[in-house]
Amino acid sequence: MKPNGNKYAVRQGAVLFSEYAPGSGIKKALEIGRENILLELRESKLKGRGGAGFPTATKWMLVAAAKSEEKFIVCNADEGEPGTFKDRVLLLEYPELVFEGMLIAGYTLGARQGIIYLRGEYEYMLKSLESYLEQMKEDNLLGNNILGNPNFNFEIVIRLGSGAYVCGEETALIESLEGNRGEARNRPPYPVNTGYLGRPTVVNNVETLASVPHILVKGGEWFRTFGTDKSTGSKLFSVSGDCERPGVYELPWGTKIKDLLEIVGAKNTKAVQVGGASGSCIPKSQFERTLAYEDAATGGSIMIFNESRNMLKILKNFMEFFVEESCGQCTPCRVGNVKLLEGIEKIERGVYTFGHLNKLKELGRTMQVASKCGLGQSSPNAFLSILENFKEEIFNKNGYGGHNGK
Amino acid sequence: MESKEKYRVPVSQKPHVVEKPRDINTIGGTVTIEINEKKVSVPMGTTILEACRENQIHIPTLCHHDDLCVAGVCRVCVVEVEGMRTLQASCTFPITAPVKIHTSTPMVRKARRHIIDLLLSEHYGECYSCFRNQNCELQKLAKEYGVDQYNFGHLEKPRYETDRSSASVIRDMNKCILCKRCVRTCIDLQEVGVLEAINRGHETHIGTFFDKPLSDVICINCGQCINRCPTAALRANDPSDELWEAIENPKKHVVIQTAPSPRAGIGEEFGLEPGHSMTGELNTALRRIGFDRVFDTNFTADLTIMEEGTELLNRLKKAVLLGDESVKLPQFTSCSPGWVKFIEHFYPEFLGYLSTAKSPQQMFGAVIKTFYAKESGIDPADIVSVALMPCSAKKFECNRPEMRASGYKDVDYGLTTRELAQMIKEAGIYLPEMPKSHFDEPFGDASGAGLIFGATGGVMEAALRTVYELVTGREVPFKNLNIVPCRGFEGIKQASVMLEGCKDEYSFLEGIELKFIVAHGTANAKKVMEMLRKGELKDVHFVEIMACPGGCLGGGGQPIPTSEEIRKKRAEAIYAEDESLSLRKSHENPYVKYIYENFLTEGPCSELSHHLLHTHYQKRGKFIA
Repeated sequence: MKPNGNKYAVRQGAVLFSEYAPGSGIKKALEIGRENILLELRESKLKGRGGAGFPTATKWMLVAAAKSEEKFIVCNADEGEPGTFKDRVLLLEYPELVFEGMLIAGYTLGARQGIIYLRGEYEYMLKSLESYLEQMKEDNLLGNNILGNPNFNFEIVIRLGSGAYVCGEETALIESLEGNRGEARNRPPYPVNTGYLGRPTVVNNVETLASVPHILVKGGEWFRTFGTDKSTGSKLFSVSGDCERPGVYELPWGTKIKDLLEIVGAKNTKAVQVGGASGSCIPKSQFERTLAYEDAATGGSIMIFNESRNMLKILKNFMEFFVEESCGQCTPCRVGNVKLLEGIEKIERGVYTFGHLNKLKELGRTMQVASKCGLGQSSPNAFLSILENFKEEIFNKNGYGGHNGK
Repeated sequence: MESKEKYRVPVSQKPHVVEKPRDINTIGGTVTIEINEKKVSVPMGTTILEACRENQIHIPTLCHHDDLCVAGVCRVCVVEVEGMRTLQASCTFPITAPVKIHTSTPMVRKARRHIIDLLLSEHYGECYSCFRNQNCELQKLAKEYGVDQYNFGHLEKPRYETDRSSASVIRDMNKCILCKRCVRTCIDLQEVGVLEAINRGHETHIGTFFDKPLSDVICINCGQCINRCPTAALRANDPSDELWEAIENPKKHVVIQTAPSPRAGIGEEFGLEPGHSMTGELNTALRRIGFDRVFDTNFTADLTIMEEGTELLNRLKKAVLLGDESVKLPQFTSCSPGWVKFIEHFYPEFLGYLSTAKSPQQMFGAVIKTFYAKESGIDPADIVSVALMPCSAKKFECNRPEMRASGYKDVDYGLTTRELAQMIKEAGIYLPEMPKSHFDEPFGDASGAGLIFGATGGVMEAALRTVYELVTGREVPFKNLNIVPCRGFEGIKQASVMLEGCKDEYSFLEGIELKFIVAHGTANAKKVMEMLRKGELKDVHFVEIMACPGGCLGGGGQPIPTSEEIRKKRAEAIYAEDESLSLRKSHENPYVKYIYENFLTEGPCSELSHHLLHTHYQKRGKFIA
């Protein structure tokens, strides 16, 4: 347990917030060697913590198998999903875990360069993170011949983003790192083959990387004792909204939404937005559902809304966000989000028809399959789930029936 | 840390291309896939789009263009690939595994229809008041997918102001569908890099550096973006209204000179297959429209060869005979106004290498308002001089302040092939039906050497036919005068001719291997300039550069669409016409001889010809205040 300035959340948890001796992860890694690191990771069944849930061991193995003189480790610290702030806690309070995770990845995959793509709004952390990196260099945890191992050289640099949500998408992040406009690339190819500067690149979320040292020290099997079969380990949840104790919580995967609400002291809860603006909105009737990749998946964002909230206004807020944050390159996302927002405004003014709303729902489903990247593919989620799960409230109770609402 | 090159070549987002095997018969060279339940075998790395086209399956596209790298942004080409969660853009998806593809499922058709609907909702204006009506890819798709209403609304007001600042290119972003073809044309194809997407989300639009007007950025006016725009967002600055007025004005004597490339392209505007030369028909049509005289730009192309060739010989003489090390060699051609502006912006320190000879258009302009005016007794103030060009940059060129050697604006209007085709249609003329007729005197029909200026390598070939003969007294040693190494669409061509048995006055050139380079497209020009910068062109004597891919026949004023295949056919038409002419050498053009005997009496590169037929350039640089 670590002292922290947060009066609500106490840093306690099974994995990330458990005791850790800085340096022990990389020492273990050097001891067991590259192959065993990958095997241990595979054993742990760790999945990407950014939200997509791609198996981390597979990603690393693909990069390990890619032939190239140069490989890169990129830490995705562009924490931009509305309602997510767990990476901030990790970077501020547990930088050793993040950096060591990158170091282990660098050692395992033969990369000499690690890059942290830090969210522009987190510029205030830059100094402390850089001084931590300096300290690591002094301790011979970075630089040349790390811990006396000849040919193990690794550097970490920090790059600042400029506030674009889409740059959290890994290929847009790489474009941004290369100095280009933040726009998602065509996939395939995937960054594991053609990433930063065209080289094989691992892009991992802050939390994913921070989990790695723990897994190496305590073992993949230990890690699997937490969570569910398909969602192993524990997860940091950034809880915000209508509750008594918002903050960052580490809970095992598989925790029921109902139980989480109790832990954080939420009362009269009407809905929980799981997974941020791009996630889906879960109504009270489904609070038995579990937080897990196979059920209600999330990159960490949990937003709680009580009975006093107006779901249509919440939805409008999300859609305004996407209209602004779409990178603007592909048609479904650039124009589609605007059309969905216009639909919401029509409901607000009571000048919609159900025929038009059905067209918009169809459009939303097209956006999910035809958009170029995850942004446009997930932006209709809120629209579709809120209109479906709260139609009673929106069209009857709140008087958005409208003179045309037939 | 980065292994970036010193000079960063701007690129738009480039897709990863899976290399196709050189020999598809090797093991693993092909993949057997299923398209709509039909088994087909395709080379590894083929995109789904290519595979479908090979198998007669039509996939709609908008952002895709054969000349450009793929973007995958319009999403209209999506197809279903079994096992993948989302639809895949067929233009970007390389086939590397035995996938099963479905190109016409309900989900695919709905997605395409939605995308067209969305694009239409943001596309301002109506089709019937649009100059691209019936030649618009968006309109075509809307018809193909049965769009009969605006499902998601339609813009009532324009969102952007039209940028009319440039003399050459007009940009109306209200028609833009953000396919980024212009961006890729400007950055990747031409490596100029004026256009890029600005802002994000719904506010995204294509703009220039700091959204400045096009006239205030380093646009070279090549108009290649216009040729690739699927809609009416880009067009050339059309002077036809003013032209009609001049034609109707009885006081004005309206003359038109026509460049070689429009003749090879204009048939396409009337529904003919590419590759029909329409020289004779065009002459008749122009007279019927009301032009008072129809001249052949090839006449001044021949004149250009005389001036530019003499200039080259002068430079060679200084360098070889007098050992003058300050002489700038190789000499670069200066016929292409896009290329001239390119070098002014990007390589101003090398302007001394550029031939001072004006382009044929501007030479003609100067001759018309001086020599022709005098000979025919018309006040040059009453002459309206029009140039039919395949080019948008010519509009900028004729407005340059340097181009007033006659005391008037030498060329009043530059008219593109597309604009003239529109005028011909408006006059109720169907061009292919016209009887053929010749050009007007006193400049008459010109040589085939002037004609081939239209294709990349043509200026070089024409110059060699003349220079070789001036120096040795013999014809160039190529069968039928066809200097094959100058021809073809390879980006940069290098070749040489041995100068042997020179005449006495050129004995200093005896035994010299005359080396030359031909490049087209400014991306290739950039490569040549970097070679020059590195000192790799020390033994090269003459370089021809055309700003547009394929040369003038692929110019920014030519009919839309364009592709390498179309450009090849236009080139074939030009070379075939050259071969059909009896007069094929510039210096043998009797009218050229006549003008040197009666007007420019001191010969090429004399004081008078310098005043009328040569120019100077501006060091513009990349940063404009």
